[in-house]
Amino acid sequence: MTILECTNLTKNYGKTEALKNVNLTLESGRIAGLLGPNGSGKTTLIKLVNRLLQPTSGQIRVCGQNPGPETKALISYLPDKEYLPEWMKVPQLLNFYQDFYADFDMERARRMLADLKIDKAKTLKQMSKGTNEKVRLILTMSRRAKLYLLDEPIAGVDPAARDYIIRTIISNYEKDSLILISTHLIADIEPVLDEVIFLKDGEIILQEEADKVRSQQGKSVDEYFREVFR
Amino acid sequence: MAWEFAGGQPIYQQIIRSMEIQIVSGKYHPGEKIPAVRELAAQAGVNPNTMQRALTELEREGLLYSRRTSGRFVTENESTIREARRTLAEQFISEMFKNLENLGMKRGEIIEAIDHWKE
Repeated sequence: MTILECTNLTKNYGKTEALKNVNLTLESGRIAGLLGPNGSGKTTLIKLVNRLLQPTSGQIRVCGQNPGPETKALISYLPDKEYLPEWMKVPQLLNFYQDFYADFDMERARRMLADLKIDKAKTLKQMSKGTNEKVRLILTMSRRAKLYLLDEPIAGVDPAARDYIIRTIISNYEKDSLILISTHLIADIEPVLDEVIFLKDGEIILQEEADKVRSQQGKSVDEYFREVFR
Repeated sequence: MAWEFAGGQPIYQQIIRSMEIQIVSGKYHPGEKIPAVRELAAQAGVNPNTMQRALTELEREGLLYSRRTSGRFVTENESTIREARRTLAEQFISEMFKNLENLGMKRGEIIEAIDHWKE
């Protein structure tokens, strides 16, 4: 089933072209990597899909629908910046998510948070950066969404936290959903990806199966990426 | 800890080899039930679809078999395992010869070096 479809999608900020005529179709049951250096348009694309931005021209379909309140209910989004009230503690965050999202799986979130052994008295602000990222990811992945948009989920955390985050993504993945992960740190996330999308200066220059890139190029996606974006 | 993967080769092929080694070396016993796809994928740090693809290939090779309701198991057929061990050994020997020939060694020199090799 097609989860995400972008047709001739363009976004300008004043005179700057952030996305140029992007055509992209992604199916369910997949984990896709949206890969590009800083400023290549990754966050712009994710925000357009999420309807936090309006396209200059072109069309977006999420599960066949135009972006709106209905598609927001289908999308679980992890922004690249802080988005939750910093004074909240774990129990408050759980209630917050349950109030906002009908598809929030409280049991799943509780189980994963229990594994982390987080001090219930700590606010988000008092947690370490790694723990904070883990909590936000757990909340995002505990929704039973059709489309998961993870914007830089592993940036700025230590390798142990990175392993945890990757395992959490793998073990929560559902066959009928699509996970789209944007990152410029490819080496760590590469084994998790079914397919990769290279975004360069607002244009898609490659969309291919990750294992195909590896066998065709004779190198890892990470090495190939470094070559293309040198 | 996630498994390590080399650069220029599809990951599913590297999983196949790693599982073959674990089976022929007896780390997984004949008839033993192996973990579910998702669990193995999480262990290896790979995409579940990639793990599924590797396991399907191992079933085709006869090293694994699945029972519809109870999961996936290592074959109990000793000769299939012996055969897989022989194939792997041949691959390793062939790689070794290739490496040593790249150093400029002749076949006779290589065999002599193996004979004299001590741990």
